[in-house]
This record gives sequence, C-alpha cells and structure tokens, in this order.
Amino acid sequence: MGETLISKSTLQKAVQSFGLPRLIIAGFLLSLFITAPFVGSNFFTQLSNTINRFGWNAVLVLAMVPMVHSGCGLNFGLPLGIISGLLGATLSIEMGFTGFASFVMAVVFCTPFALVLGLGYGWLLNKIKGGEMMIATYVGFSSVSFMCMMWLLLPYKSPTMIWGYAGKGLRTTISLEGFYSGVLSNFLAIRTPHMLIPTGAILFFALLAFGMWAFLHTKTGTAMTAVGSNATFARAAGINVDKIRILSVGMSTWLGAVGILVYQQGFGWMQLYMAPFNMALPAVSAILIGGATVNKASIINVVLGTFLFQGIVTMTPTVINNLMMVITGQGLDISEVIRVIASNGMILYALTRKSEVTR
Amino acid sequence: MTEKKVPLLEVRNVSKDFFGNKVLNDINFTMEEGDVLGLVGENGAGKSTLMKILFGMDVIRETGGYGGEVIINGNVVKFVSSFDALESGIGMVHQEFSLIPGFTATENILLNREPQKYNVISEIFGKRLNTLNRSSMKEKAEDAISKLGVKIDSDMVINRMPVAHKQFTEIARELSKDNMKLLILDEPTDVLTEKEAETLLESIGTVAKRGIAVIFITHRLHEILSVCNKVIVMRDGLIVKDVPAKETNVEEITKWMVGRKVKEQETKRESDPDKSNKTIMSVKNLWVDMPGETVRNVSLDITEGEILGIGGLAGQGKLGIPNGIMGLYEAGGKVILKGKEIPLNSPRQCLDANIAFVSEDRRGVGLLLDETLEWNIAFPAMQIKNKFLKKYGPITWRDEKAIEKVTEKYVEELQIKCTGTKQNAKELSGGNQQKICLAKAFALEPGLLFVSEPTRGIDVGAKALVLDALRRFNREKGVTVVMISSELEELRSVCDRIAIVSGGKISGILPATESSEKFGMLMVSNVR
Ligand SMILES: Nc1ncnc2c1ncn2[C@@H]1O[C@H](COP(=O)(O)OP(=O)(O)OP(=O)(O)O)[C@@H](O)[C@H]1O
Ligand SMILES: [Mg+2]
Repeated sequence: MGETLISKSTLQKAVQSFGLPRLIIAGFLLSLFITAPFVGSNFFTQLSNTINRFGWNAVLVLAMVPMVHSGCGLNFGLPLGIISGLLGATLSIEMGFTGFASFVMAVVFCTPFALVLGLGYGWLLNKIKGGEMMIATYVGFSSVSFMCMMWLLLPYKSPTMIWGYAGKGLRTTISLEGFYSGVLSNFLAIRTPHMLIPTGAILFFALLAFGMWAFLHTKTGTAMTAVGSNATFARAAGINVDKIRILSVGMSTWLGAVGILVYQQGFGWMQLYMAPFNMALPAVSAILIGGATVNKASIINVVLGTFLFQGIVTMTPTVINNLMMVITGQGLDISEVIRVIASNGMILYALTRKSEVTR
Repeated sequence: MTEKKVPLLEVRNVSKDFFGNKVLNDINFTMEEGDVLGLVGENGAGKSTLMKILFGMDVIRETGGYGGEVIINGNVVKFVSSFDALESGIGMVHQEFSLIPGFTATENILLNREPQKYNVISEIFGKRLNTLNRSSMKEKAEDAISKLGVKIDSDMVINRMPVAHKQFTEIARELSKDNMKLLILDEPTDVLTEKEAETLLESIGTVAKRGIAVIFITHRLHEILSVCNKVIVMRDGLIVKDVPAKETNVEEITKWMVGRKVKEQETKRESDPDKSNKTIMSVKNLWVDMPGETVRNVSLDITEGEILGIGGLAGQGKLGIPNGIMGLYEAGGKVILKGKEIPLNSPRQCLDANIAFVSEDRRGVGLLLDETLEWNIAFPAMQIKNKFLKKYGPITWRDEKAIEKVTEKYVEELQIKCTGTKQNAKELSGGNQQKICLAKAFALEPGLLFVSEPTRGIDVGAKALVLDALRRFNREKGVTVVMISSELEELRSVCDRIAIVSGGKISGILPATESSEKFGMLMVSNVR
C-alpha cells in the first residue's frame, strides 16, 4: 500500500517533470517511426534524416538559451544573429577562402558583427523591459528588410555569389559547394547504406552546448539565471542587471550567427534576403517544445526540443504522404503541404503553450 | 432531535499531498454564518494550503488536487478555478498582496465589476465598450471602505499607500462583492502595527455581524482571542484542537501549536560591557522616495556592535530608511560608513562595503521563487564575496558541495521546514520563506546588517529562534544590526536603542528599557 503510494507519486513526478505535452509529442514521433517501414519508407533513412536535421538546427535553438536565462524572453530577434552570420559567410567567400578555412573564417568574420549588433540590440531591449519579445520581433523584421536592400547594394565581387547577368547584387541562394558545404557533417561521418550520421556537426554542437552549460555554472552564468528569475532580487544582490542582459543578448546573437553557418554547411546552400526571417519561429518553437518556459531553459530542453520538432517536421510529410498513397493507391505527392501544416502546427502549438512563471 | 441546520461551510476529510509529501491529513470542521474562525499553527502546518483548497486555487489542481470534500450550504463543491470560488461567495485576501500597483483604491476595489454606462458605441459593439460610471464607482468603493470603519483616500494610487491601507483596500475589495459569504484572511495583520491591527480586528467584527463567516489566520495569538468565536489549531497537517475561543487562552494555544510549552520571551538585553562607542555608520539628511514609505529628513548615528531598532507606524517612513541606504529606491543625503562616504543609489557599493539587507518584501526582492533553497541562500555571498566558488583550470565554477553544506547548516540552525535543500523557494510556507531570507543575509557574513520585519509571518515558537539567531549573530560575530519592525515589543526584547520614525523623520531615540507610553507618544508626534 505504502509502496504503491510512493511509486505512484514518483511516476506522477516523472510525468510532471517531463511534461505531458512532450510525452504526447514523443509518443506521436515514436508512432511515426514505427509506421514508417509499413508504408514503404525505410526506418533508418528516416532516423538518419531526423538526426541530420537535428545537426543543422541545434545551434540555432541553443542560441535561445542565454536570453531566456537573463529574462529577455525568447529571441524572436534571431534574424539579427543570422544576418551577422550571413555577413561573415559572404565576406569569407568574397575573400576567396575555400573548404574548411572558409567556415573558420566565416565564424571569425561574423563575430564582430554579432557582437556589435548584439550590443545595440541588448541596449534597445534594456530600454523597454517587459516588452522584449515584441520589440525583438520588430528588430528581426526590420533588420531583415534593411539587409534585403544591402545585399543588393553592397559591392560584392565574387562571381559565385553575385547575379551573373547584372554583374552586381547577391543572389538569393548561393551554393556552398567547394566552400564549406558539409565541412562539419562529413567530418568523421558514419555511413551505412541507409544512414549518414553527421558526427562532426553533432560534435560541434556538443562543444558549444558544453560551453553554454559550463558558462551557466560560472559566477556570471549564475548571475544571468538569477536576473531572469527575479531581476529585483539580482539587483538587490549587487548585480548590474542591464550589463548581464546585454551580455546575454550578445551571446544569443553570436550563437545565432554561428548557428546559421552550421545550418548552411549541412544544407549546402546559403539563403539571403527574406530567408533569415523564417528561421526564428522554428527555433523558438523547438525550445518551447523541449520544455523551456519564457525564463527557464536548459541544454536538455534544447536537445529534446530540436529532436522532437525536427523529427515531427521531417517524418510527418513522408510517412503521412506514403500512407495516403498506400490507402488511395494514387501517386499524388502532397508531402510539401503536410510539411507546411506540420511545422506551422508545431509552431502554433508551442507559442500558445502556457509557460509557467512565478511572479 | 430537531432538524439540523445545514452549516454554511463544511470541510470533510480533506487531505492534500504534494507528490508524496503529505501536508494535510483528514481535516474536518464546520462554520456557520457569522462565525469568526481563528486558524493557527506553526509555519508549514498547512494553513495556507487548506485555504488555497477552499479558494480553488490553481496550484492545488496543478499539484494533483486534494482528497475529501468541501461542502457549501449542503452542496459538495469542486472548484476548477478561483473564479468558481468567487461565484460561490468565497473571498480571499492572500498572505501576499494582490493589488494592481498603478491603479487607485477605487479601481482596485471594483476591478472587473465596475458600474457601467451604456453609450452609442457599446450599443453596437457590445458591453465591453461601455464607459465606466466613475462617480458611482467612487461611491461604491467608499461605501465598502466605510463599512470597515477606516478612512482611506479612495483616489490614492496603490503604490503610494502605506501597507496598512493596502491591506484594508484588499479587504474592502472582497467585501464589496454582493454575494460574499465567506471571507478568508491569510495573515492580514502581518505587516501592521498593533494599532492598525486593532482597527482591522474591529472591522472583522463588523463584517461578521453582517452574517459573513470569516476565517482568520495569524501568528499573533492574542488577536485571535479578541475577535474569534472559535479556534482551530493545526500541527503538521492535522487539526489538533477545535475549541470555542472563550474556553482557551494564548498559553494553551501555543502549547497545542508546538506540542510543548514555550516560555515567555523575557530577555532583557544586558548591556554589552565591551561595546565600543564608535559610530559605524552616520546618516545625514537622508531622503528616500519610496512609495508609501517616504523618508523626508533622517539623520542617525549607528554605534558599532549595537542592535538598533527602528520603529514607527506603517507609512511613516521606517521601511524607507534601509531601502534608501541600500540603493533600492531613489535617495539623497549623505551616508558615511567608518569615515568613508558611501554613494547612494548603488546597491553594489553598499554590499561591497560589507553591508547586508533583508528586505520586508520577500517575494519581490527577497527570493528567487523559481530556484532552489541552495541558490537563494548562496547567491549574494557568491556574487559579492566570491564564496562558494572553486577553480577548474582557468574558470571558476559554483562549488555545489559547499553551497549544499551551507544551506544544510542554515536549514538546521533556523529549523526551516523543507523536503530538501534542492526544493524550490516558492514551495515553502510563508514563514519558512522568511527564514530563507534571513539565512541569505547570514551567509554573507556582513559587518552591518539591516533587517526589515525579520519575524514577518513567523510563528511564536520560531520567533524566539529567529530573534535569538539575530542576537547571537550580533554577539558572536560582532555584527552591528539595525532592525526595523512594526512590533514594538519585539524591538524592545532585542534592541539596545530604538529610534522611532514619524512623518519621515526621526522623532526620537530611546533606550529599549523606556516605557511603551513614551514610544507611543513619539510614534504619533509628527504623523502626516
Ligand atoms: N506548491 C507546493 N509544492 C510543494 N510543497 C508545498 C507547496 N506549497 C506548500 N507546500 C508545503 O506544504 C506545507 C504547508 O505549507 P503552508 O503554506 O500551508 O503552511 P502555513 O501553515 O501557511 O505556514 P506559514 O505560517 O509559514 O504561512 C509546507 O511544508 C510547504 O513546504
Ligand atoms: Mg501561510
């Protein structure tokens, strides 16, 4: 009797700490994996797809963590970081770097942009405490629009990047073949007939995630968490709240910049113009689905959330589409439609989810 | 036997556990109309939890609901949210304020129930666009306030109000609801001086006469006897006694509460022989812009090694003094510590100068509610004194072991009731949260400590413990303590000297041994 009470309560606690929504999503994902082979899509190919997608996106999701910790909320201004990354990437290619060096140099070049833009963005967010997420969205939107003009106007010369016929202005998508396409993903990659495990990309993420985890265990990292938890408490304990917040925004922006580079090396293409704008919502949703709230986020949330989100978004279209084909016997490909529905559905769900905060 | 009248409220076999941690066990009691029930018990006995169940609060449902039944007028109720409870005529004034700071008393009292005027637009677009009927709002609010028998400016904005007025505003808000049947007051006298508390008790009496049942939680036991007709004593989640108030006394209640006899705190402080006469801090012409606790012109010398008390009525500025010195509210004037001027409006510089502060606002300033007890206690010491850190190569990390150790030490020393040092602060009972705030300051090991309302919400047994800890801290570590409290008796039992603040100024400083009449006179000397 007493024993069952304890086991019941530990189970309850486990469910609560993992969260029912995550349990349902994980259950759904699992059922997709199980159904996959029966409708003619290879289980291992599907798993491999999900893992690769995870490798592309995880750093972008990780970029949410510092700002959440400092109480600046979810970084809807991620496009700013992405733009810094794009500036770094285009500069690196413009200067003629190729292969792995082009990736390293892109990281090097994006850093000053990320820091400067991040500081300015942080300064702005300090002016409007309480309305961070709205301003962040606005910053993201306006910076993307501004850069749409700049991509056309900036005097880039590299023929791989500019419009061939006009002789100036950057293209919307630029192939990274010969530059840093796959430089991480192919590093130590494990290949089987149906699988490709992007060891390098995952290691790179692990490295950054470990760095983040370690930072959150330092004195400054602890202060950052406290600022997000209760800024008045932190101020009364002598913390310079504004400074910590700016630091967190800088970190988020830099991770966003590096994150897009990691994404591009996996994807194989660089996308300019409106593309950065479409990156923030999936990242925000992923971390929410991973169990983060507006002012609490852990590395576990990042890993879990990215895996679940990317899993659903890659699996649903293929599996459902194949299922439809099996049922109807028609070869109508509606996987793209399903993909849009699945990803937006997840985003919508994540954003409406109640985030428990104590005030 | 004649037919039995259905009681207004019946609580039957109610129990509650937070994931295996049983905090309420088989609770049974009934209340009739007009009953005033005094609910007492040690910190963490389960009083607030029981009230949260009655009021249908979300935390209860989110943590797995409760067992047993709540029966109102003969019907079993299962509240899904507090709105249902309000609908059934239950009102609650929480242990912490829940008013909207930027709104006036009137607006707060009638929030969401404002008398409305129809206009052309609302005819078309619906009730949400009605304009407010300001004059009838004011009338209604003033009516509710006057029913309490107090005077409050109904146009005053909440954050300009002294705490006592906030408390009355909250009660007026509950009372202005027409269908009110049961009013729950969770430690409403916590931050009030004795005089203000008396007024509140009187208004509870008035309310009861109108047939409203009241549940009144307090740690000031004499208040129970003066207003309640029934007393329920809780201990460790059980009702240990349910008696008519007439048949008992404070001593007996205390004994039931703690399960042993508590001896009357009679510690006249013997004067310290080796106390130097050096001034450690000298405050000159301090003004502080703290809403509701404005300090106008305070000059004060604090002697090294003493325990200085600061008392006075609520709203006169006693709380503003430490808050201003510590840089939490805008302040001006001069503060000199050991001959060196400390810049105002900069918390960091005060903390670096080895001064610590326990705020009276424990939820707002005092605690990281969503973090563990370990974090709460260790955080300031880590940030300011670089304690609880250790080096791994080039980076300094939190020393989790040391943090756990210091937390365990204070949990034991202050007898903090918790399931472990990794429990979140928000899960502790009010009194135990207060102890965490004190532990946090102790862990800083300051040279000068300001404590504001240190025993707020702490039970009779633990009060002695907390005051003793303060006294020991002062004696053994040589820490100068400045204690701000609304309870004069508490100040007199601990302090060497007591300064009384009135009208934003010091109206006098007397030795603690002086008679309470003299202090009383100082308190009202230049009230404004
Ligand atoms: N949300 C929660 N999660 C876990 N435990 C909780 C939670 N809320 C309260 N408790 C526990 O329930 C017990 C009773 O707490 P409660 O707040 O009812 O005490 P109380 O009698 O009101 O004490 P006080 O006089 O200090 O206000 C405490 O041990 C507390 O730690
Ligand atoms: Mg309580």
